[in-house]
Amino acid sequence: MFANLKYHYKIPLSLILVIAVTALVVSGTLTLRAYQDAKRELVTSVLGLGKVLSRTLRPALLHDEVWQAFETVITPLDSRVERRAGERLIVVLDRRHQIYVASSPERFPMLERLAAVDAEFGELGRRIAGRGADEPFTAEETGWDYIHVVIPILAVDGARLGTLIVSSSRVLFLPQFYEALGGAAWSTLAVLLVLLPIGWYWGKRMAEPLEYLADSMTKVGREPTAVLRRGLPRGADEVGMLGAGFDKMLQELEEKKAMEEQMLASERLAAIGRLTAGISHEINNPLGGMLNAISTYKKHGSPDAMTMKTMSLLERGLLQIRETVGALLVEAKLESHALTLQDFEDARTLVAPSAQAKSARLIWSNQIDEPLPLPSTQVRQILLNLLLNAVAAVERKGRLECSISRANGSLRLSVANDGKQISRERLEHLYEPFATHEASGGGGLGLWVTYQLVQQLKGRIEADSQPSGTTFTVTLPIDT
Amino acid sequence: MRHNLRALLFGAWLGCASLLAGAADPIRIGTTPVFLDDQASFLSAWQRYMEERLARPVRFVQRGSYREITDLVRQDRLDFAWVCSPPYLRNRDRMVLAAVPVHLGKPLYQSYLIVPASDRNTTGFADLRGKLYAYSDPDSNSGWLAAQAAMQLERIDPSSHFKKTFFTWAHKKVVEAVAVGLAQGGSVDGYVWETLAVLHPELTSKTRVAWKSPWYGFPPIVARRSIDPATLSAMQDLLIGMKDDAEGRGLLKQLNLDGYERGSERLFDGVQQNLKFYQDF
Repeated sequence: MFANLKYHYKIPLSLILVIAVTALVVSGTLTLRAYQDAKRELVTSVLGLGKVLSRTLRPALLHDEVWQAFETVITPLDSRVERRAGERLIVVLDRRHQIYVASSPERFPMLERLAAVDAEFGELGRRIAGRGADEPFTAEETGWDYIHVVIPILAVDGARLGTLIVSSSRVLFLPQFYEALGGAAWSTLAVLLVLLPIGWYWGKRMAEPLEYLADSMTKVGREPTAVLRRGLPRGADEVGMLGAGFDKMLQELEEKKAMEEQMLASERLAAIGRLTAGISHEINNPLGGMLNAISTYKKHGSPDAMTMKTMSLLERGLLQIRETVGALLVEAKLESHALTLQDFEDARTLVAPSAQAKSARLIWSNQIDEPLPLPSTQVRQILLNLLLNAVAAVERKGRLECSISRANGSLRLSVANDGKQISRERLEHLYEPFATHEASGGGGLGLWVTYQLVQQLKGRIEADSQPSGTTFTVTLPIDT
Repeated sequence: MRHNLRALLFGAWLGCASLLAGAADPIRIGTTPVFLDDQASFLSAWQRYMEERLARPVRFVQRGSYREITDLVRQDRLDFAWVCSPPYLRNRDRMVLAAVPVHLGKPLYQSYLIVPASDRNTTGFADLRGKLYAYSDPDSNSGWLAAQAAMQLERIDPSSHFKKTFFTWAHKKVVEAVAVGLAQGGSVDGYVWETLAVLHPELTSKTRVAWKSPWYGFPPIVARRSIDPATLSAMQDLLIGMKDDAEGRGLLKQLNLDGYERGSERLFDGVQQNLKFYQDF
């Protein structure tokens, strides 16, 4: 039952419960204390009275002056009401523990034993008889109507003349007790009125991060992780740790998903690569034969003008096929020289007029100051492709940025433009051949070729497209 | 008690001061609980009344028991005393009869046996066997001696008949002791009980008169035998004359008495007989 209760209620309820229990325990303790204080006060005052009385009673007992003793014991009870209600009783026992006089003679007849009065006084009588000591004592039991203070009446020489019992009804200090109880109840109520809302609010605040966490966990897989990560609890406490752990988990999920997507894309690209290579090969073989045949026929045959025209047409078409297939089939060109600074500058020079045509600003940053052991043709091709793409994408009077640097044993080419963001769908098929949209104006093979070249150089290409612009970054490992 | 005494002394001093040069000795009058002598305002009023008429300071003297007052008279330290009849009868060598109060037209009174009002059955001492019993004073006729004599007539031994007896040293306190249940029976001056019935009916209503003794001579006012005759007769005239003036009648009303008369020793024959009875017993 309690386990099924939500923390939303559990924590505030627990706090409220603790506050209420604490308040009750504290006020209960205070009340009990007040009760005991009232009792102690009563006993103290009674003891004082009893000591005076016992001294006053001494001659009366010594001379067997019953009436004098009686007048002595009723003097402190001058209110007839008090005497009649029996709130306070004063009983004098003689030295044989028989009743001598009492403030209520009818209830305590002379020369009777206390046992004849009632059970409570009977027990009191047994205690008095059993106690030889000549010291005052207090007798009290739960269920008894009175608190008894017993004071021996001693002669001057210390001989016991009798015993004085002053019995005070609990009713006597009940008003004081009730007053204390009332006070405690009111202050408890006040404390609860103040603390309970605070406890409820505080509990709510404590439960909130947990609730958010629990809620977020149920949404994993259904809502974007970025949204889920936004309101996670922070801090060094356990909930904060949970939040941080959950955040890390979400982050890893994101990364894993991105990696999976990337793997999928590169597998697809590899498959396309294999396919295009196969097709190109299959096309190139007969194509070579056909071109050879046409060439031979044009050279050694004697075609008439019409045939010659047709042959030329066929030859041009076949050459265009070979060109296209050649572009698809990016083959490693081994004859490249090492990469020099001039290669980068060439690319810059080549692209500058196009940028100028669009009034775009080209920011160039080249931190390479020595030749690198990378094939220059491929790298030049890569950089040029990226720059041409960027120029195509940039808005008029836009901004182009190219930065070339060396980091961690790699060459890093980064080309950015502030053109339109590339849509998510397009990003997924970015490097596939003929995937480019018409507006770019390219042949649809630029990025595909770039990708193939980067793959051949065992590098990486990444595209990051934001509303503010798009950046392509190529990282190429340098063999040392 | 101390307060009353102070008031008395102050009154006496006032009395002295009112007299020229204060040369005259005060007349000292001992009182006992044969009447309600605990009413200080009444006593000071009575004292003023006497001082005006005797032209001498008057001092009332109270003691805890009849015996102490009796002893003071015997030692000539009191001029007059309102005592019970047994002390007078025993000390006639030192006392003379001055006056006897008149109650309900006669200089007589009775001893009452009273029981708590809740006791509907007791009609005499025999019914109180094994009970607690209150006397007023061993020198009192109504509060002790009359009861002894009555029990003797009934062949009851007073010393073993009751579970316990005690003295309250005042008739009024016997009534109180019986009223609160401290004693289940008590001997009390009938005059005092009747007077209390007028002044404090709530007290006497808690008691019931179970038996009344024969009539006895009222506790007398006596003088020391050595008193000078002029003072004696002046006091006698004053007491007997109280019923003849308004102020005196007012005081008598408070005393619940009709007046005073000279009285005679014959009035106390009954008491004398009780004394003899008791001595024989």
